[in-house]
Amino acid sequence: MSKSFESVQEVRDGLKKVNYLADDGIASVVYLAQRLGKPILVEGPAGTGKTQLAKSVAEMLNARLIRLQCYEGLDESKALYEWNYKKQLLRIQADKSSDSWSEVHDDIFSDEFLLTRPLLEAISSTDPVVLLIDEVDRVEIETEALLLEILSEYQVSIPELGTITAKQIPMVFLTSNNTRELSEALKRRCLFLHIDYPDMDREKEIVLTKVEGITENLADQIARIVRSIRQLDLKKAPSVSETLDWARTLILLGIDHIDAQEAKDTLHILLKYQTDIAKAAKELSVDK
Amino acid sequence: MPVLDLMSGFIVELRNAGLPVSLTENLDAMEAVKEIPLEDRQAFKYALAATLVKSQNHWRAFETIFEVYFSLRGPEYSIMQDGNENEEMWREQQDLQMQGEGKGQSGGNMDGLTPEEIAQMLMNALMNGDQAMMKALAKQSVQRFAGMEPGRPVGGTYYLYRTLRNLDLDNMLDKLMEANKQQAAEELTNLEQRLEKDEFESRIEQFKQEVEAEIRRKLVADRGAEAMAKTLRKPLPEDVEFMHASRDEMQSLKKALQPLTRKLAARLARKRRHGRKGPLDFRNTVRHSLSYGGVPADPKFKYPRPAKPELMVVADISGSVAAFARFTLMLVYAIQGQFSKVRSFVFIDGIDEVTSYFKNTEDISDAIHRVNTEADVVWVDGHSDYGHAFEVFWERYGKDINSKTTILLLGDARNNYHATGSWVVKEMQKRGRHVYWLNPEPKSYWNTGDSVVGEYGSFTDGVYECRNLRQLEGFVEKLV
Repeated sequence: MSKSFESVQEVRDGLKKVNYLADDGIASVVYLAQRLGKPILVEGPAGTGKTQLAKSVAEMLNARLIRLQCYEGLDESKALYEWNYKKQLLRIQADKSSDSWSEVHDDIFSDEFLLTRPLLEAISSTDPVVLLIDEVDRVEIETEALLLEILSEYQVSIPELGTITAKQIPMVFLTSNNTRELSEALKRRCLFLHIDYPDMDREKEIVLTKVEGITENLADQIARIVRSIRQLDLKKAPSVSETLDWARTLILLGIDHIDAQEAKDTLHILLKYQTDIAKAAKELSVDK
Repeated sequence: MPVLDLMSGFIVELRNAGLPVSLTENLDAMEAVKEIPLEDRQAFKYALAATLVKSQNHWRAFETIFEVYFSLRGPEYSIMQDGNENEEMWREQQDLQMQGEGKGQSGGNMDGLTPEEIAQMLMNALMNGDQAMMKALAKQSVQRFAGMEPGRPVGGTYYLYRTLRNLDLDNMLDKLMEANKQQAAEELTNLEQRLEKDEFESRIEQFKQEVEAEIRRKLVADRGAEAMAKTLRKPLPEDVEFMHASRDEMQSLKKALQPLTRKLAARLARKRRHGRKGPLDFRNTVRHSLSYGGVPADPKFKYPRPAKPELMVVADISGSVAAFARFTLMLVYAIQGQFSKVRSFVFIDGIDEVTSYFKNTEDISDAIHRVNTEADVVWVDGHSDYGHAFEVFWERYGKDINSKTTILLLGDARNNYHATGSWVVKEMQKRGRHVYWLNPEPKSYWNTGDSVVGEYGSFTDGVYECRNLRQLEGFVEKLV
């Protein structure tokens, strides 16, 4: 890594400069991760800025972000590396006569014929990178094992080539929506960070920094209404990104003070289930 | 090294509370702590949390234990720096504590006040959201009202109750709302009122936590961290027993149930899709062979589509096991997509079908509420009578059982010495695919007193102990 953090506060300020408002927990864990050279496993409800955290850290460090989106059926050839069969075939066919077998054999298993995939790319890069392994809970539990070597040793073993060790230790973020329990082995190698919905003051700050042209007053009102809504028993509570969408909508509509009717009319931006919308509308506006 | 001792005590306590802390995690925590300046208490806490706690469910347990083990030293520092007023109070308080309760009426800025005045000050502080004042008041009121005596083996809740009762916190919200209404220049809309109320509620909650923390600090000082941690130890949500859950625990159980069902559904759907491979998919294989020049190098298979089971849940909802039945029904309906059909019946001494309550509603807890209030389950006296309930079940619904049906019987099989009617279970097993019995009682209580689970059990495919969410989850996964 190009530079090393000196204090938690430095991380916090740095993130703030790139418009990411970190709370104590987030800043401490990012600081520690870099100090200890450990990956961070970020968990939390959808839309609370898990992926954004990785992006912001990359921006703060002036590092390249390499992203591996996980999905069911992800395998070695998509995550680590793959031999470029077609090129190898061409190489063999191109000069059938001239080369001896051993020469060809050595030749086709060299760097030139290796397709790097995100994980290998992250550790073989010489400039600073941030590796984001997104939604790691989507891969099968067996596939998780692929990640273990790179997460603990920062190296990849390729049978034909040997072991490739990282030239510098990248920052690694894994995000999970918690749709299944991750394996102990994976959890043990990571620092754990749970990002929850922000408290009211922080949410207000977030709205203020992220939405252009919003007044302090409106941001305050938005944060308070969202907090009230989150207290209801809903199928899906509004996330931070939905709060921001709502704030932008209100700006576009030219509203600078929310009354009950306007809140009710725009609730569908915050909430995605009809039953939730009905419940919130009832709680917020209809006279008791 | 005292820090090291404290750390190892802390980690032992985490393990005692049920958190799985491995040796490497322990070492990681030590490494992490080295990187953190020790006076930064927040960072210290998060450093420990990041290395030791790997699941959000365990966060609360962690936080409590952390507060017990590491609170003593923290606040002392910060209070000293805060300025004279607080420092003075801190001293006074310590004096007081040495002397025991109530003797130190020796002047100082708050001691001369009557309880009413303190309540008034608290109200003002809550009104304005004055954090420093709230903290000071929390300290003051604990010292005054809690009546703490050194060495008394009472839990913190007792002191908390005494303190809060004296402050009349229950009525505080109404008073605040009233005062707020008067202060506002114009009539507040409903929306604004609602927001104000939420704001006050959160402030009161904050104050309560402050009081609680204060009591805990004092108790720790009095009795030492280990003894205190022991009294505060609570089971993790997944280990709470259904039959003895308190109201708070019920709430946390409910909260834990939601992500659990999501996880379970995802896992089951995945299991269904993967696992055994189906027959060869000819079309797909040929399509993929094109990239190998027509050689079918990569055979493709169809996904197997195993038939989903039909489920009938027959649950005892008499007082003692009602909570268990409720959670099982919730869980089953939350993952009903995994079954081709779910029907549910509830009984005490009469039996009633409640499937319709769960149809056309997205709100499972609402349906459960209707089950509890509307279902016709009392036949004679409202004491469990499994025999009669089963006989009526067989008479009315027995013909609906076919070879695809799995039947779940829920209850403690405490039959009040009525006839057991176990022939019905035998018939069920003959006609249905599987019959399982889930019993929320600990295994050691089975077949004692009026429990006849053994007799029923001999006709089922298995009797399972389901005392907590963990066991229930394990069973459901097995079922599908």
